[in-house]
Amino acid sequence: MLRRHISIAPIIGISLIIINVSAAVLAPFIAPHGEADMLGTMWASPTAEHWLGLDNLGRDILSRLLFGARTTISLALSITVLAFGIGVSAGFAAALKGGWVDTVLSRLVDVIMAIPGLIFSLVILSVFGSSVPVLTVTIAVLSSTGIFRLSRAVALDLAVMDYVEVARLRGERLGWIMRREVLPNALPPLLAEFGLRFCFAFLFIAALSFLGLGIQPPYADWGGMVRENAQAINFGSLAPLIPALAIAQLTIGVNLLVDWFLPNHSQTQGEGAS
Amino acid sequence: MSAKQLTSEILRMDNLVITASSYGARQTIPIVKGISLSLKRGEVVGLIGESGAGKSTIGLAALGYTRPGSTIAGGEILFDGVDIRRLSAAERRKLRGHRVAYIAQSAAASFNPAMRLDKQVCEAPVRHGLCGFEEAKTQAVQLYRELDLPMPETFGSRYPHQASGGQLQRAMAAMAMSCRPDILVLDEPTTALDVTTQIEVLASIRKLIREHQTAGLYITHDLAVVAQIADRIIVLRNGSVVEEGDTEQILNRPRAEYTQALVSTHSKGVKASGAADTREVPVLELSKVSARYAKAVRVVENVDLSVRKGETVAIVGESGSGKSTLARVITGLLPREAGQILYNGVQLPPTLTARSTDLLRRIQLIYQMPDVALNPRQRVSEIIGRPLQFYLGLTGAALRERIAELLNDINLSPDYAERFPGQLSGGQKQRICIARALAAEPDLIICDEVTSALDPLVAEGILDLLASLQQTRGYAYMFITHDLGVVRRIADRVAVMLKGNIVAQGSLAEVFSQPCHPYTERLLASVPEMDTHWLDRLLANRGRSHLESA
Repeated sequence: MLRRHISIAPIIGISLIIINVSAAVLAPFIAPHGEADMLGTMWASPTAEHWLGLDNLGRDILSRLLFGARTTISLALSITVLAFGIGVSAGFAAALKGGWVDTVLSRLVDVIMAIPGLIFSLVILSVFGSSVPVLTVTIAVLSSTGIFRLSRAVALDLAVMDYVEVARLRGERLGWIMRREVLPNALPPLLAEFGLRFCFAFLFIAALSFLGLGIQPPYADWGGMVRENAQAINFGSLAPLIPALAIAQLTIGVNLLVDWFLPNHSQTQGEGAS
Repeated sequence: MSAKQLTSEILRMDNLVITASSYGARQTIPIVKGISLSLKRGEVVGLIGESGAGKSTIGLAALGYTRPGSTIAGGEILFDGVDIRRLSAAERRKLRGHRVAYIAQSAAASFNPAMRLDKQVCEAPVRHGLCGFEEAKTQAVQLYRELDLPMPETFGSRYPHQASGGQLQRAMAAMAMSCRPDILVLDEPTTALDVTTQIEVLASIRKLIREHQTAGLYITHDLAVVAQIADRIIVLRNGSVVEEGDTEQILNRPRAEYTQALVSTHSKGVKASGAADTREVPVLELSKVSARYAKAVRVVENVDLSVRKGETVAIVGESGSGKSTLARVITGLLPREAGQILYNGVQLPPTLTARSTDLLRRIQLIYQMPDVALNPRQRVSEIIGRPLQFYLGLTGAALRERIAELLNDINLSPDYAERFPGQLSGGQKQRICIARALAAEPDLIICDEVTSALDPLVAEGILDLLASLQQTRGYAYMFITHDLGVVRRIADRVAVMLKGNIVAQGSLAEVFSQPCHPYTERLLASVPEMDTHWLDRLLANRGRSHLESA
């Protein structure tokens, strides 16, 4: 088999992700200042001391950006992984089992989708209080509905394949069929969805932070930083644009990598040797 | 060649080379390697070969078309003296459908399901500006009549789903003929049809071509079919010409070794009658078994059948006769509605979930399409290894050893264990499916059309393999097929199915030598023979009885 030519796009994607992840991991060591240290006047312009300037409370934006990467990426990642765990297993089970299992799960998902996501999470968060676990589970459950629909649709196509029937005839359990027969073949669309959901997750956290129910101060997260500094745009300061750019670059990085990974991965199906 | 013949030449290909590049790879591979052919007006040339021989590619090249990813790399395609390759896209478009027309293999997939047939059949003459819609419609009705379609006046107002497969294929022939083309490219036009339907379509198309003096390129893998319609035959293999000659000569005096092998697949002998012991309890015994899909009509009705150890029972019937459903009922995928199934004398639970793992192990199923029966993301070692793990609990070295043994049984070398199905040919994939069934160490193997997706020589190999496995291990086979040639070769006993019922059952000789049911007789007569006059004889014989039954 020929090695696929690697183009520039995935290299950019991988580099962006590596930079972001190392920023997240190394934040306590490389950040010039503490996450919550107030060091000067509000929205001070960039200086040699503070490369990206100061925020609404006079904290170093660069340092908060680095610490923010930590919170945002780890939270978004755990939300997405949890959402996929719920959505994919429920979606596959619905497709493979059919009958009442499918009906119950699908209608349940319809009900959740009928309630506006933001309102739903506001209710949950105001009842249970805003903590990281509650935040994770709430957003994960909400985004698992879309994943459920996608994985159910993909698995419906695969469930009629003869190799799935072979496994059934062999007497395999549902879990094994889902894991070994269906999942590997459903991976390409699911991975594309993963990249997208990952980005949605921290945009959702940002939205909640904007309403004061996301990550609680003084901890930094990128969405929250946009909110805290939003008014600065009126004074010609770039402060809110910097965390927004951070969100954008990570989104692009993840998507570039996913785009490259998709056709590359489906190559195992290759052409037959005749 | 005389001067007159030269002038009447309508299509000429000189040293045609077509290359293809596969996705991700940068180099191209030749799929047609320097082919030359010439087609005179009114002449039908048969292109024959197995899949990958390049026959469809050549057929499309006659229209100046190549599939996405492939390009015409060299040679000339002269249509009526003009090189198609030099024409502009617009000029080529004028040619297609108008002077060169194409009939595809699957009419059902080629028609737009949302448009009435008339609209699709009359599209070409209207688009090419030959006539208005009304006139085209009148001509279409005439074509329907020539093609023996039912109710030609109103046939065109049907939607594709309201016509049968054979009717659609004929409607497609009408569509292709709507502009009175000089050349018709027929790409396996009858392959997807049942034998009994194939006759009618073949006869109609042949009549049409002869009446209109249309030249034809008839592409097929079935030598017996092409013999009925072609004047000359070109045998292709791997993109090169193996042999070219008159139909008579190719059939009766094939020169190339490959052609000889192709011709002989049709005349392979009958299986020596099986030595199944009738006193023994049958492996499988069905009595009065009926089944239906939810709320639909019964697809299997009152079926009685038994299969003994070391015996091959063939279930023959057209598509829709319920033969595959019968397999689903036996395996438990579709619970039976009524009746009894005894397995080694013990009642078999109707549903899959109610059966023990050991029972599941004992009945194995091999599918028609090896492409979808193998998970494309599992290596061969996992595909064959899983039943070994699951049923027999083999692990580690014992597992690897057994996988190698099984690969050896199906005549593949042990290093195939590391391959993915995508890296195997069609025949190799089907062998892997067989190995997976063998791995379970079954008593009964149900083979559902296992050879119909394969090329004749490859199918031959699979049948030989199954036969030798039966001899050494004594498996009982239930062989579901529509191909009577296959039945003759491997079956001890035959059951003929029609609309869910078994209409005839008995030993091969009983059922086939003295067919007592009219359907068996019709089925038998419909199998193409390696004889250029077979269709003529059949139609002449049938003439009277056909009118009566219609």
